[in-house]
Amino acid sequence: MEELLEILKDLHPEVDFGICDSLIDDKILDSFDIVSIIAEINDRFDITVTAEKITPQNFNSARALYALIQELEDEE
Amino acid sequence: MLFTSYAFLGFLATLFLLYYLVPGRFQWKLLLAASYLFYFAAGPAWLLYILATTVTTYFAALRIEDMGRRQKAYIKANKDQLSKEEKKAYKDRIKSGQWRWLLACLLFNLGILAVVKYTNFAISNVNGLLRAVGSARQFGFWDIALPMGISFYTFQALGYLIDVYRGTVEAERNPGRLALFVSFFPQLIQGPISRFGDLAQSLFAEHGFDGKRFNYGLERILWGYFKKLVIADRILTGVNAIIRDTGTYRGAYVFVGMLFYALELYADFTGGIDITIGIAQSLGIGVKENFRRPYFSKSVKEYWRRWHITMGTWFTDYIFYPISVCKPMLKFSRFARAHFGECIGKRAPVYLSSFAVWLATGIWHGASWNFVVWGLGNWVILMVSQELEPLYARFHGRFRVQGSWWFKLFQVVRTVLLMSCLRTFDCYRDVPLTFRMFGTLFTEGNWHILWDGSLLGLGLSVVDYGVLLAGLALLVTVSLLQRSGSVRDRIAAKPYPVRFLVWYGLFLAVLLAGAYGIGYDASQFIYNQF
Repeated sequence: MEELLEILKDLHPEVDFGICDSLIDDKILDSFDIVSIIAEINDRFDITVTAEKITPQNFNSARALYALIQELEDEE
Repeated sequence: MLFTSYAFLGFLATLFLLYYLVPGRFQWKLLLAASYLFYFAAGPAWLLYILATTVTTYFAALRIEDMGRRQKAYIKANKDQLSKEEKKAYKDRIKSGQWRWLLACLLFNLGILAVVKYTNFAISNVNGLLRAVGSARQFGFWDIALPMGISFYTFQALGYLIDVYRGTVEAERNPGRLALFVSFFPQLIQGPISRFGDLAQSLFAEHGFDGKRFNYGLERILWGYFKKLVIADRILTGVNAIIRDTGTYRGAYVFVGMLFYALELYADFTGGIDITIGIAQSLGIGVKENFRRPYFSKSVKEYWRRWHITMGTWFTDYIFYPISVCKPMLKFSRFARAHFGECIGKRAPVYLSSFAVWLATGIWHGASWNFVVWGLGNWVILMVSQELEPLYARFHGRFRVQGSWWFKLFQVVRTVLLMSCLRTFDCYRDVPLTFRMFGTLFTEGNWHILWDGSLLGLGLSVVDYGVLLAGLALLVTVSLLQRSGSVRDRIAAKPYPVRFLVWYGLFLAVLLAGAYGIGYDASQFIYNQF
C-alpha cells in the first residue's frame, strides 16, 4: 500500500490519498493520470492492468486500487 | 422524418397515446415498431444496414458470453485437477476465441461504416494523387447515401459488444430488445451514444403514466425546439451567407461567422439532444445527458468533458485506454524511457493514444480533411495545454487571480474563442481555403463592419438580430440558473399562473419566432450528417 501511495503522491502531492474515495467522481484523476498510474503499477508490481479494469470503482480510492492490484497479483 | 416536421409531431403524439394505452409488457415492443417505422420512413433500404449491425452484434455477443460461461463451468468442475498454469492456459485460450469473435464483428461493422462513409473520400484522394503525378486517369464517385445515424448506432452497438466481452454487461438474449437498444428512434439521429448498462433497464421496463415526468419531458422537448427553431435555424442564414461567399465575406466577417456558427452549433446540437432526452423522459426512459454547459468551460480539456459527453467517454473507454495501456504501448514507453529519458517515456502512451483518439474523432465527424485537421487541432491544443500546466501553476502561485470573476470570464472567453477558431474547419470547403479565410482576419482590417450596419446584409434583419439576442440572453440565463439546480423544478414550484405564463410564453416564442415560413427551409440537425 505504501508503494502505491508513493506513486499517487508523486502525481498529485496535494491530495490525501489515504482518505479520498472519490478520485474519479470528483475528477481529481483524469485519463492522463490513470495511464501514468497503470504504467507505474504494472512495472512495480509486475502485473497487467488491462483497459477493462479501468472503472470508477477500481480507481476512486487508493484502497480500491490496492485491492485491484492484489486481485491481479493472485491471478498472475 | 425531421424532428421539426409536422409528420414527426403527429408520429410522436400517436406514440405517446398508444404507449400509455397498451399493457406495460408491450411498451418496449411498441417502441421497437415505432423506431423501425421511423427508420423505414427515412429510407427503406437503410433498414438492411441497421439489421445487419443488430444481427451480427446479437450473435457475436451471445457467442462471447457463452464461451465465458463454458470457461467458468469447466474451471469450476475441474478446479482440483487443474494446476494454476493449466487454468491460466485454458483461460487464455478461451479469451483468444472471444477476442476473435469480437474482432470479426468490429471489423464487419466498422467495415460497413467505412465503405458507406469514406469510399468517396478515398476516391477523391486517389484522384488527387493521380492528378498530382500527371495521370489523366480518374475514378468515378460512388452514388451511395449515408444511412441515417449509422455512426451513432454503430458505435452504440459496438460499445455493447465490447462491454459483453469485458464482462461488464450480460448479453441480451432477446433479439427484439437488442434491436430496440440499437435503433431507439429519439437518439438515432444525433445520439447520445448510450451504454447498454445505462439504458437497458429503463428502456425495457414497464412504465405507468406519471404526469409530472411526462410534463417535464414535454417541457424539455419544447426547450429543444426553441433552441433549434428560434436560434439555430435563424442564425443559419447568416452563417451560410458568410461561408458561401468567400470573396465578399472576409476579415471581420470570418470572426462574425465563427461566433455565429458557435451559437448555431450549440443551439442545434443541444436543442436536438433536449428533444431526444425529453421524448425519452416522457416515455419514462432515462437517457444520459450529453452536455453540461460546455461554453462555461475554463479550458479546452474541461470543454471536452462537457461537450458531447457520451462520444468523449466512448472514445476514452474504447480507444484511448485500450491503446494507452496495451502491452506494446507500455513496452514502447519503457523503451522510450530507457533511450529518450523519463519525461518522454512517461508521456509517450498518453500522447500517442490521444493522437489516435483525436484522429478517430475527426474522421468520425466527417469524411474530409477538414475534420481530420479539426481533430488534430484539438489534440495539439490539449497537448500544449498539458505541457504548459507547470507554467500555469507557477503563474497562479505568483499572481492570485484564479478565483477572481474577471479571470474566470477571461478563461471562458478564451476557451470559446479557441473552439470557435477550430470550428472554422467545419465551415469552409477545404483546408487551404479555411487557412486563407482565417488569415484574412489579420489582413483585411474591416472591423468597422461590426458597427456600421454591414451585418444587416447577411440576410438577417433587425428583427432577426433582436430575436437572436433575446434568445441568447435566455440561453445564458437558463445556463446560469442550472448551476444551482434544475430550472424545471424551480418553475414547477411557482404558482400555476406563473408556470402557465412561462411555458405558454415559450410555446408562443417557438410558434411566432421560430425560423419557418416563406424564405426558410426546415433544416436537418447538423449532427445528423455525422
